[in-house]
Amino acid sequence: MAVTRDDVLHIAELARLGVDQSRVDALTAELSAILAHMEVLSQVDTTSVPPTAGVGSGGTPLRPDVSSAPLMEGTLESFAPAMRDGFFIVPRLATHEDSAESGA
Amino acid sequence: MNVGDFTRLGAAAISSSVRSGETTPTEVVRAAFERARDIGAGADGLNIFLHSDEDASAEETRGLRKRLDSATDVGILAGVPVAIKDNIASLGLPTTCGSRILAGYVSPFEATAVTRLRANGALIIAKTNMDEFAMGSSTENSAFGPTRNPHDVRCVPGGSSGGSAAAVAAGITPIALGSETGGSVRQPAAFCGVVGVKPTYGRVSRYGLVAFASSLDQIGVVGRTVDDAALGLEAIAGFDKMDSTSSDADVPIYRVSALGKPAPEARAPDTEAMRIGRSPIPLPPPPDATTLKGIVIGKPKEYFPDSLDPAIKAHCERALDHFRSMGATIRDVSLPRSPLAIPVYYILAPAEASSNLARFDGVRYGLRVDPGSGLKAMYGATRSQGFGPEVTRRILLGTYVLSAGYYDAYYKKAQAVRTLIADDFRSVFTSGVHAIFTPTTPTPAFPVGAISDPYEMYLNDIFTVTANLAGVPAISVPIGRVRRLPVGGQIITAHFDEYTMFRVAYALEAALGAEAHQ
Repeated sequence: MAVTRDDVLHIAELARLGVDQSRVDALTAELSAILAHMEVLSQVDTTSVPPTAGVGSGGTPLRPDVSSAPLMEGTLESFAPAMRDGFFIVPRLATHEDSAESGA
Repeated sequence: MNVGDFTRLGAAAISSSVRSGETTPTEVVRAAFERARDIGAGADGLNIFLHSDEDASAEETRGLRKRLDSATDVGILAGVPVAIKDNIASLGLPTTCGSRILAGYVSPFEATAVTRLRANGALIIAKTNMDEFAMGSSTENSAFGPTRNPHDVRCVPGGSSGGSAAAVAAGITPIALGSETGGSVRQPAAFCGVVGVKPTYGRVSRYGLVAFASSLDQIGVVGRTVDDAALGLEAIAGFDKMDSTSSDADVPIYRVSALGKPAPEARAPDTEAMRIGRSPIPLPPPPDATTLKGIVIGKPKEYFPDSLDPAIKAHCERALDHFRSMGATIRDVSLPRSPLAIPVYYILAPAEASSNLARFDGVRYGLRVDPGSGLKAMYGATRSQGFGPEVTRRILLGTYVLSAGYYDAYYKKAQAVRTLIADDFRSVFTSGVHAIFTPTTPTPAFPVGAISDPYEMYLNDIFTVTANLAGVPAISVPIGRVRRLPVGGQIITAHFDEYTMFRVAYALEAALGAEAHQ
């Protein structure tokens, strides 16, 4: 199944990756070539085969529902790009342009 | 002892020397750094280490000295210098995963495996170079430049744990930690002429291992010898409440000293600080560590195709002859779905990676690039400038196979075929076969820059990736040289049967002797 240029732009948007326009054609070709090798799987009959999501020793055990102190030797400030009063600071969620595009 | 001794000694000998007082931890660590300087391990040479701090290591040796003086049981790796792959969190040294997006990041917590190494007396001296986020088979995808193979600096060391394999091959440390998702410990171990172990999924806690593909990731061990790898695994294995996928299965003693001899004096300490669920227990040793009488070794035809390099095939046949001469039975077996493993892996691993790497968004830690036009623009700019080409490619691939309209055709299909691949191994191991033997890689190390096609690079994992998909343990042991470069043989056993895996590996190593490096 060949990937199109629009596919690459769409999945880049989903993955929040800012892909350089000059790389889009190359990425389209690379992803198409890789996916062509995956087509062999479509020939395997898996009608009654359950999917394997993991190979652990079984189940997902739950720990007791009690809170404990975070196992951190350092403070959040020691690695956060921007913090204030114990909160991570991020750029504003929407710009004026975003709001206009969404019709809000 | 002088520096030269430490470049050859195994971990057990170093530990014994330190415990007896013949050598001090300071001398051992000093020798490791001296060797690193001599061999040119820095960025302008082999580029093995991304981070090291000789002063901090000296401080660590003083702490160990106090433990030795107070007669505390310092553990099975007393005074042994260990290098850690840069995607395993360690206090005091950065954890960057070979990526610009985490440049300079120092984790505020430590991986359980590293904590257990320290509790066993190991001295963490450096973080090693790697393919960015463990995505690669050559260590060329590191944002900080490629590592070079100590056997031939024109060649890659393999990957993604190329720095760890090179550190051991260069004689800097007898043990290094790496991580495996599709062969990232065994393949570089084979390329560098050292031993590499991928344990059973769940044998070693993943707490503190930066997630790439969570259903496949395992911390593994690179060793100068099989015994070094066994000691390293024994120190870090066991249940950990911090990883819900870790197993509470008992951890046997894997050391060679446990084979045919009384259990050694040093035992892994069992302290709350180590968060270990069980103490190592010895299994009944076989009567003679060099016999494989009663052992059935499977030779899967899919791993010996006509296209296999004849020189690698010849080394494998020599290894199989040694197994026969030690009393093992060699049986032809089939793992018919193994040729599907690369397509399965390169759907599942990128799919999981696209989710796991969503956390690198410039909000909580790591790089932030803010063009000043809102949150979404910050995400895009941070991730596009922080991630390299291979990570970007795999995130896009993973996002594609998980997206509406393609999920069933790719992701769900690959999960089902993964079931079939695991069934193949189950069938062989329930038919009376104790271990499977294959080449570790289809070729020896290749020159830096020789492979530019992504899928051609993925094919490096063709013999190793099945063990990850099935979750079974596997080890690569040096079996000879091809065109002056090392190649490895792989021994795979059933889930949680690392004991048999090590037994067969010890026997092969002993039988080959110097031939393993010729």
